[in-house]
Amino acid sequence: MDFLNAIILLLNYIIVPALSYGSQLALGAIFVTLIYGILRFANFATGDMMAFGTMFAVLLTWYFQSLGISLGFLPTALITIPFAIIMMILYMLTIDKFVFSYYRIKKSPPVQLAMVSIGVMFVTQALVRIVIGPFDRRFLDGEKFILKAIEFKEMTGLNEGLTIKTTQLITIVITIVVVSILFWFLNKTKTGKSMRAYSDNEDLALLSGIDPKKVVMITWMIAGVLATIGGVLYGLDKSFKPFVYFNNMLPIFAAAIVGGIGNPFGAFLGGYVIAFAEIFITYAYKKFFMYILPESLEPDSLVQLLSTDYKFAVSFSILVIVLLFRPTGIFKGKVL
Amino acid sequence: MPFFEGKGMTGGYGGADIITSCTINVNQGEIVAILGPNGAGKSTAMKAMLGLLNLKSGTITIDGKDISNLSPQDRVKKGISFVPQTRNVFTGLTVRENLEMGAFLRSEDLNNIINEIYDLFPILNEKKSQFVGELSGGQRQQVALGRALMTKPSVLMLDEPTAGVSPIVMDELFDHILKVKATNVAIIMVEQNAKQALSISDRGYVLVTGENKFEGSGKELLNDPEVRRSFLGA
Repeated sequence: MDFLNAIILLLNYIIVPALSYGSQLALGAIFVTLIYGILRFANFATGDMMAFGTMFAVLLTWYFQSLGISLGFLPTALITIPFAIIMMILYMLTIDKFVFSYYRIKKSPPVQLAMVSIGVMFVTQALVRIVIGPFDRRFLDGEKFILKAIEFKEMTGLNEGLTIKTTQLITIVITIVVVSILFWFLNKTKTGKSMRAYSDNEDLALLSGIDPKKVVMITWMIAGVLATIGGVLYGLDKSFKPFVYFNNMLPIFAAAIVGGIGNPFGAFLGGYVIAFAEIFITYAYKKFFMYILPESLEPDSLVQLLSTDYKFAVSFSILVIVLLFRPTGIFKGKVL
Repeated sequence: MPFFEGKGMTGGYGGADIITSCTINVNQGEIVAILGPNGAGKSTAMKAMLGLLNLKSGTITIDGKDISNLSPQDRVKKGISFVPQTRNVFTGLTVRENLEMGAFLRSEDLNNIINEIYDLFPILNEKKSQFVGELSGGQRQQVALGRALMTKPSVLMLDEPTAGVSPIVMDELFDHILKVKATNVAIIMVEQNAKQALSISDRGYVLVTGENKFEGSGKELLNDPEVRRSFLGA
């Protein structure tokens, strides 16, 4: 019984939260990796672009709520996602046309484009703060839990409860659907293959008649979808605060680099690697050991390797270790 | 009138001219080799015919039509296909996907063309689902040739197709090039392995400092004492 309790404890505090946080990071990391693979620069505006898309979802959620439209037990924000995606894509294509395309045509080095993306980051950040403000916003409505701790305890008779939040399940389901469609698109359709070809060998792609303008446009459109969905899911699960989105760039970049930058499947797995590492290392295991160890060996301290305040240090350390010992990532990077 | 011709081509990459009034032509079902010492402008002459380089003067014609002002992409649509010396395959794509990308501009069903390529290069059929990055040098060159042939070109330009492969693989590649020639394609190739290249070529050009120095049939050039002494090392 104690052993079961210990497992439920881990499921409740580590595995379920890490799966949903990992999914959110994975969507962001695929966004980073696609931009890196096809447009060939590290996009520092990633976090703020995600905030930009989410901002529309939040504003529309409030609007729909004021009209009395809702999805019942599901969050209203889900119906706003398609509209938010359209706004996000329009914003990205506008930025690309007026900012990035100039440097792309000039064939500027990737570092210069990365610096340009920092400029885009500041502008996007400012826009978000002007429109919606820097405050913490919650826009989740509908049923909050699918499985409550109390219900679980009554059902099983265990001491430990398992809670599953609606947002956690939604996050995991939507991520699986979006990522499956994306990989199907990249591997099976002609346009998807041409994007991989363009990422692999730009000159040969041009000689084969692949239109670079179309590839760039589709890349931004996919990026818009990933950024908005990733951002909205994160915001529903936690809350929408622009500064937190900016901060999330670190674990997102770490995930993309761990997986091998330019490799979407690597970025997908990298998201989970980072999420699990962060939560595993910052979790206090005291209660877990109380269940599995005999009373005499019970720990006095919290058995927490690192305080949760330092969770970014975890992604940062992983980033540095990967860059030192395996710069191409777990999977071979720079291959789309 | 030759099928594909670059006439009096003069130009370079911005600075000094690399080729000066250089003329190269090829007919369908013919292999033409461009030879010469390092820096003679062999690859440059070929790139000029593809449109990768702006010419100061000279005209490029195919089948009697002037294509001097077309972009490389538009020339590809006119039936010219090019296999670069390096980075001539998509290493992260499978063999079959490489072939599909070669025919990106074709909208019809590709299975027939792909099967023709498989007949020409049986090894590609065997390895069709493998990533090209995992193949050997000789196999990659076959993928590169296959990709270039997917557009059903009338002119095929090869930039050092045998660079960096072993002598056995080189012979095999030349055999494949002869098979391609038999399908009535006009082939221009730049080669370092001059003797071997001339032995399968119908004609050859020897360029020196960007100008036509010698030209003639493969046999004539092979037997020309001056060409032998200067370029064939014997």
